[in-house]
Amino acid sequence: MKPSVWQAPGVSPRELFVEFARLTLHSFGGALFWSRRMLVERRRWLTEQEFVELLALAQLLPGANGVNMAVIVGYRFAGYSGAAAAVAGFLGAPLLVIIAIAVVHQHYGGLPLVRDALAGMSSVAVGLLLATAVKVAAVLQRRWRPWTFVALTFVGVGVMRWPLLAVVGALAPWAVFAAWKGKS
Amino acid sequence: MDAAQLAALFLYFLMLSFLAVGGAPSVLPEMHRYVVEVHGWMTSTQFAELYTLAQVAPGPNVMYIPLIGWHVAGWLGALATTFAMLVPSATLTLLVAHLHARHPKAALGFAIRRGLTPITIGLILASGWILMGPVNESWRSYVLTALTVILTLRTSVNPLWLLAGGAVAGMLALV
Repeated sequence: MKPSVWQAPGVSPRELFVEFARLTLHSFGGALFWSRRMLVERRRWLTEQEFVELLALAQLLPGANGVNMAVIVGYRFAGYSGAAAAVAGFLGAPLLVIIAIAVVHQHYGGLPLVRDALAGMSSVAVGLLLATAVKVAAVLQRRWRPWTFVALTFVGVGVMRWPLLAVVGALAPWAVFAAWKGKS
Repeated sequence: MDAAQLAALFLYFLMLSFLAVGGAPSVLPEMHRYVVEVHGWMTSTQFAELYTLAQVAPGPNVMYIPLIGWHVAGWLGALATTFAMLVPSATLTLLVAHLHARHPKAALGFAIRRGLTPITIGLILASGWILMGPVNESWRSYVLTALTVILTLRTSVNPLWLLAGGAVAGMLALV
């Protein structure tokens, strides 16, 4: 069964496999930054608004966010085989790489030079994550209500370190209700 | 490791898949309890090392899951934990994607996506905030992080160059 309402822009499963394998092999320190870069900026398969909405959905569902995103995007563009191709690309390539790295790490992981390089890369990776947040925030309207939800989520999860489930469980029904009423 | 243990590992990760709301990192403490404390398949330090490797290697952060399986039972273990974590949640996601494709204009679906957008943005900011502390060991690393944010937003430089620059800065002990 193919998606009947969403228009498919003629993206093949093979293309999905290649693009997701490509983005995942660029993904040092998390795939979010590179997913947005590929989907919104490079291939323009999604608008900024569509991207952040799909991301919200992918985070709400159980499982790894990046994998959920690959499933949704793959299914949207090429049905079930598209979803399978996107996930295979997204997980298959890094699986081979990481096990190779694990084997090498058993022998050379203790080298100080390796640790120092990784420390520098980690600082950059955090910067890429923060820049992604700023970029996707461009879709928010300049009203106080959505920004209040951004702030409450950030403070609850980031600053107070309250459990994710509790914070999102408390805020999500309220946020969805506000959007339902058309006030958000 | 015999077949029964491999099956137990598979079934356990299958169950975890449904609990991983908010992403795979949320089940990390539970996974640690199971493989380190209950079964003693690795030490706590080994567990932490595998997690760090997955963070710095290319690929999504969830790659620590196949690594744990690999450490416990080789290639079969890696495939078992990966498929167990993947299949249940991916099936559910596929179902939701299908409903969304069928009813793209459904008011409830729209309200859920629109309403959750600010929460999603708040969560990305919070992740960056939480990681900044353990990752950045000195004020110079914070400068590197800030520089990355500014260059990414203001220029179109390929971020791989920024990562390479970070690696060089780290090796020269600049951060």
